[in-house]
Amino acid sequence: MSGDQVPEDLLYTSDHEWLRRDDASPDEATIGITDFAQDQLGDVVYLDLPGEGAEVTAADRFGEVESVKTVSDLYAPISGEVIAANGDLEEQPELVNDAPYGEGWLIRVRIADEAQLDGLLDADAYRAQLPAI
Amino acid sequence: MSAARPGAEDFGAQLSFDRSAPGRRAVDVPAWGGEETPLPNAHLLRDSVRLPELSQGGLVRYYTALSARNYGIDSGTYPLGSCTMKYNPKVDDLVASLPGFATAHPQAPAEEAQGTLRILLELRRGLAEVTGLPEVSLAPAAGAQGELAGVLMITRALEDRGDLETRRRILVPDSAHGTNPATAAMAGFTVTQIPTAADGSLDRATIERELDETVAAVMVTIPNTLGLWEQGIEEVADLIHDAGAYLYGDGANLNAIMGRVRYGDLGFDVVHLNLHKSFSTPHGGGGPGAGPVACTEELAPYLPAPVVVEDGDGLVRFETPERSIGRLQQFHGNVGVLIRAYAYMRALGAEGLRAVSGQAVLNANYLRVLMHGHYDLPYDRPVLHEVVFSGTRQRREHGVRTYDIAKRLIDHGFHPPTVYFPLIVEEALMMEPTETEPPEAIEALAEAMIAIAAESAEDPETLHGAPWTAPIGRLDEAEAARRPVLRWQPADGE
Repeated sequence: MSGDQVPEDLLYTSDHEWLRRDDASPDEATIGITDFAQDQLGDVVYLDLPGEGAEVTAADRFGEVESVKTVSDLYAPISGEVIAANGDLEEQPELVNDAPYGEGWLIRVRIADEAQLDGLLDADAYRAQLPAI
Repeated sequence: MSAARPGAEDFGAQLSFDRSAPGRRAVDVPAWGGEETPLPNAHLLRDSVRLPELSQGGLVRYYTALSARNYGIDSGTYPLGSCTMKYNPKVDDLVASLPGFATAHPQAPAEEAQGTLRILLELRRGLAEVTGLPEVSLAPAAGAQGELAGVLMITRALEDRGDLETRRRILVPDSAHGTNPATAAMAGFTVTQIPTAADGSLDRATIERELDETVAAVMVTIPNTLGLWEQGIEEVADLIHDAGAYLYGDGANLNAIMGRVRYGDLGFDVVHLNLHKSFSTPHGGGGPGAGPVACTEELAPYLPAPVVVEDGDGLVRFETPERSIGRLQQFHGNVGVLIRAYAYMRALGAEGLRAVSGQAVLNANYLRVLMHGHYDLPYDRPVLHEVVFSGTRQRREHGVRTYDIAKRLIDHGFHPPTVYFPLIVEEALMMEPTETEPPEAIEALAEAMIAIAAESAEDPETLHGAPWTAPIGRLDEAEAARRPVLRWQPADGE
């Protein structure tokens, strides 16, 4: 993707993670990195993600992403228990580059504190704080 | 770049396996005529091992052709930022290969190794003089190991003070070497990152705000990875000490200040040096290095073992300091590297080392001025040993990435600079010419970089596919990292 896609229906962090609340089960959310983040990283070659049952804490590191250029920490937008990690990324880390908002998702969590969602950015607010590239 | 002359066969163009012909041998191994081996059958090779079959002459031509493809500091300019790829005087190799040093056994009694031990003792004293810190251990085998030693020494000192349970944080500026936060984390501390101020120096306000009774140490790379001096580091050192924390110095960039500024005089408690960089021993590709640690009297009891000392009767020997963090590896450090560093230090003397840092700084600034205006310079001020440009303009205006620029520099006959580091500079191009490049080499490098800036506007496709003149062209590094093939496989699937 081109690095400037910011879907309207997601929530964001200033650390370039996105969160999608599950329509069918509203206490669950999917988390990934943004199009801007994958573009800055370049070709992603490896991801270190927490396993099912692990607890992640809002604003704390929950894993790392390695590209040909650099290794970066991943920060959790909210707190919660991991209910799934994207196993497809083990064989195909390029999904993060090709479809950061789709098949390249990272983890699904059970939302611990709904109030934390209010602290996240909407698409306009996230777009406003992106540097001009 | 290619070693082959026109019309001549390039013996390195194929793998040795592809040059194999049945029945050829580089050496004849006589058939075994002795007794049967007592090894159990399961451990014996029953099938022939697939090895390439080449004559001795063919094998020598193959390896000679490969070696001619190498590009090193002995081939040309090597501006790999942060790595200090200076020319290594050959006399240092000669000294280290003298039989008395080269054949010294690491377990020889001290009485029988006084020559080597005295060299190490004098190197220890020399490094104390250069750093302004009185106590030194030569044991760490590399910069990162020296860092770990330094932070473990701080850990032990805090333990003896009874402060270790409360002091769990280490502050690290985001312009530090990446090994600094890694070291702090490895030693069990939490890393608090300090953002760089707009002028590229330490953000003192943040440091002051963060300094409290939970801070064990502040790790400062000086000069920093932007090639910039930290103005007022002495006052920052006072603040750190007043807060009960230690100031760790990453001395990997010593080449900028050698013979002019001493870490001890600035208030650093412990530093590591990269002798393979500043004191000129061949390095790259992972080894061997030497990362001695120097420290204050206060931290001396914790130095890694062994430390070389002189007894009252003049005997030089190794000893383990009272509260030593212990050994980092077997034996005494990379002694061959230490001897080269000693030879380099003695050949130059105090005035020579001072001239080295002066010329290194002059060369980096000459390159900065020559390239100025052709690439963005996020921190546009005089630098020390290296200068960090940004390819942001080339990327935004022409879709050319720093990666493409680096690969294209190979076509112009130079080793690429360090790219995408430091992380705080977008599309970073980090260049360190060192003191050993003459002005015409720096001018030629700048001309090549300026030509590439012009190419990025006129012919970006040429940059996207570079290098074109190297024996091997653009590699798919992402695919190689994602699905590595680690073993040669025969093409025919035999």
